[in-house]
Amino acid sequence: MSEPVAPLRAPTRTPAFEARLKKRYAAERRFRLAGLSAIVFSVAVLAFLLATMGLNGIGGFQRAELAVPIDFAESGLAGDESTLAGPTGVSALEAQGLPDVVAFYAGQALGEQAASELSPNAWREVAEAVVADPSLLRQQATFHLPASSDLASALRGEGSAEQIALASELERAGKLERNFDGGFLARSDATDPQQVGIWGALKGSMLTMLVTLALAFPIGVMAALYLEEYATRNRWTDLIEVSINNLAAVPSIIFGLLGLAVFLWIFPTYRSAPLIGGLTLALMTMPVIVISGRNAIKAVPPSIRDGALAIGASPVQVVFHHVLPLALPGILTGTIIGMARALGETAPLLMIGMRAFIATPPDGFTSPATVLPVQIFLWSDEVNQGFVERTSAAIIVLLVFLLLMNGLAIYLRNRFEKKW
Amino acid sequence: MSMSLLLLLVLGLALAAWLAARGRAWAFQREHGARGLKSLPNYHGWYVALWVAVPALLFLVVWSIVSPGLILQAVLASDAADALPAFGFQRESMLAEAKAVARGAAAGVFNPGAQALVEPFREAIGRYNLIGVVLTVLIAFAAGAWAFLRLRPDFTARTRVERAVMALLLIASLVAILTTLGIFVSLVFETVRFFGMVSPLDFLFGTHWGPDPMGNADNPDGSTYGAIPLFWGTIFIGAIIAMIVAIPLGLMSAIYLTQYAHPRLRAWVKPALEILAGVPTVVYGYFAALTVAPAIRDLALAAGVSNPSSESALAAGVVMGVMIIPFVSSMADDSIAAVPQAMRDGSLAMGATTSETIRRVLIPAALPGIVAGVMLAVSRAIGETMIVVMAASTAANLSANPLEAMTTVTVQIVAMLTGEGSFDHPATLSAFALGFVLFMVTLALNFVALRVVKRFREAYE
Repeated sequence: MSEPVAPLRAPTRTPAFEARLKKRYAAERRFRLAGLSAIVFSVAVLAFLLATMGLNGIGGFQRAELAVPIDFAESGLAGDESTLAGPTGVSALEAQGLPDVVAFYAGQALGEQAASELSPNAWREVAEAVVADPSLLRQQATFHLPASSDLASALRGEGSAEQIALASELERAGKLERNFDGGFLARSDATDPQQVGIWGALKGSMLTMLVTLALAFPIGVMAALYLEEYATRNRWTDLIEVSINNLAAVPSIIFGLLGLAVFLWIFPTYRSAPLIGGLTLALMTMPVIVISGRNAIKAVPPSIRDGALAIGASPVQVVFHHVLPLALPGILTGTIIGMARALGETAPLLMIGMRAFIATPPDGFTSPATVLPVQIFLWSDEVNQGFVERTSAAIIVLLVFLLLMNGLAIYLRNRFEKKW
Repeated sequence: MSMSLLLLLVLGLALAAWLAARGRAWAFQREHGARGLKSLPNYHGWYVALWVAVPALLFLVVWSIVSPGLILQAVLASDAADALPAFGFQRESMLAEAKAVARGAAAGVFNPGAQALVEPFREAIGRYNLIGVVLTVLIAFAAGAWAFLRLRPDFTARTRVERAVMALLLIASLVAILTTLGIFVSLVFETVRFFGMVSPLDFLFGTHWGPDPMGNADNPDGSTYGAIPLFWGTIFIGAIIAMIVAIPLGLMSAIYLTQYAHPRLRAWVKPALEILAGVPTVVYGYFAALTVAPAIRDLALAAGVSNPSSESALAAGVVMGVMIIPFVSSMADDSIAAVPQAMRDGSLAMGATTSETIRRVLIPAALPGIVAGVMLAVSRAIGETMIVVMAASTAANLSANPLEAMTTVTVQIVAMLTGEGSFDHPATLSAFALGFVLFMVTLALNFVALRVVKRFREAYE
């Protein structure tokens, strides 16, 4: 039997040491907690931002609609498939007095006061429905037509007491409700938040991005190939490298000033055209593509080049037949990320005049257009409260596009990334 | 014939040339055997196709620049042009209207005087378009025929095509230099014009900013072009408030993610930070204006501040700081990862806790990289536009109170260039001077930061 041994203690573990150690461990925990809270804060801000936009945006995909039953058989409007076909159908109905018919039935169903709160262009939706289906003219149908923006804000509880009372009365009677507004994705800018849509801006964005891609991608890839594969190190290549690195860090608004001073000086008639916007954004995106392209090209192992050279390929053949195909997934990832950044860019496009009010979608690269981020900016400036929700809805659409692009980039990276 | 049709025509001719030349090379091959041909038939095809397309396209570019002037001259020489006003806005608009009608871009003229010009315009446009088409086709055929006749079995088509490819690559990489040069020259040009109207001393050292875009352009009041309040607002929002938010949060996130976090947490948080970095600035701006600014105003009211601004510098700065967090975090991440593992292991082996190792060893070793990252972050923050345009004010204010409205260089650039002022007005031109200052400052910050990073990297390699 041996005596119980006292626990081994180093002679340095004095009470003072213990106290110090405790303090040090406490400091360790505090530091760790600080790190964690920094992360939690960042993620919380992101969540809060997305939640704010999401909650506001849901309302933006809806609009206040008044239910108006219309008895076409009684109204005396005439027309069939042949007379209403084509682009003249709507004006043919207008000539027959469709606006008055709509106003009459609205007055009958809703009362005079409420009927005057129908959006001024509501009859157009009726006309379009009739043109799409002329057999409606022999029937009775109920249309959900947009209310005026005043009534729409009264439904949200804003505006004059009189309006709010009217809105709640109509709502109780089931004649006024907020419905999903699919047209938001199909219409263009308007002055009335009940009538706006983002298709025009979306189309402008797509045209602009097309120009950007068509210019920035080939030029960026070629520059990356030249710098990485062929360029001998001399003062010229150094100069090129320095300017690419600097361009990647130049504030985007400076590119807008360049576009304004140079591109609009050369093409003064193409103000606010997707062509000029795309050119400006291409200059901004190109350095991003060059930098990511060079990294992707650098990652291709030299043995590939040596092998190709050894069996007699010329330097150009080595690059275009072997190196470029292997580097392409990496280059594409960088390109998509650069394009996503260009898609969200606003400031340079403001400079070159893509901020005009444009109520029709652009029909070409040279017709006046606006883009989605600029549309968001323009709506955010509107006084009318109805635009708050519409702005958030447009932001949701923009974020969905960006998320899709970034998701594609991540997918490409994971799918094709090779470890040599 | 429109430009795009002409372009298609040239490309079609090039395709035909490619096919023809390749066929000819095949014929050589049949005649002399595969060994007789110096280059593959495809390269013969490319050689001739390039000769067809490149000169014709170059001509098209030149022609599209020259021909509007020729058309205008032809119209002005016609009798109908005698009725035009001698100069001024009326003349320009009449010419533009007549041209639009003649091209079919507009249905009719508003200005009755322009009607007479439509016919000369239509005639001139038709004539010069025809000349353009004929010349383009002639050039394409001449150059193509010359190249085609050079094809021989021992013709080194490949080296020539490759030389053209190399030239193309070189030109593509020169675009970057051209862009930098273009930015520099256009900014300097407009800035010099501005300084011809307003003294540089007034601009750089004046303390009152309030240009009047509608004021007398010939005799601007230099004392309203003092940019000091703008510089101060930019520094206060972008380099002070935003950095107070971004540096601690970004640095601590990077430290936690690299040193403490479980890999699974890292796999979730890193993409989240990337999303934060990918949110467009216009969304941040809207968030700042809609949510953060009113909240800060209410908080200030609740704290007893009288009359806080709803466009406070604080709101814009805080949101900008949030935007910069991922940037600072990834820069800090890189520079901490560049510190050799041996230094960390040594410190831990001596009994230091993890946080002591981080604070006393890793951060001092990574400091140059972190400082460089912060400099890049500052350069990004001061060039950021949309957040401040939407959340900060346009009123220049020289104050150290973060609850007051302040404006920045970028806000004023946007305000001056999207206003109604004419392009020659000093208020409009001041935007270019501000842009020039911004460009030089960000350039200097980036240059120094990249230098620091480079030197620091080499220390451990």
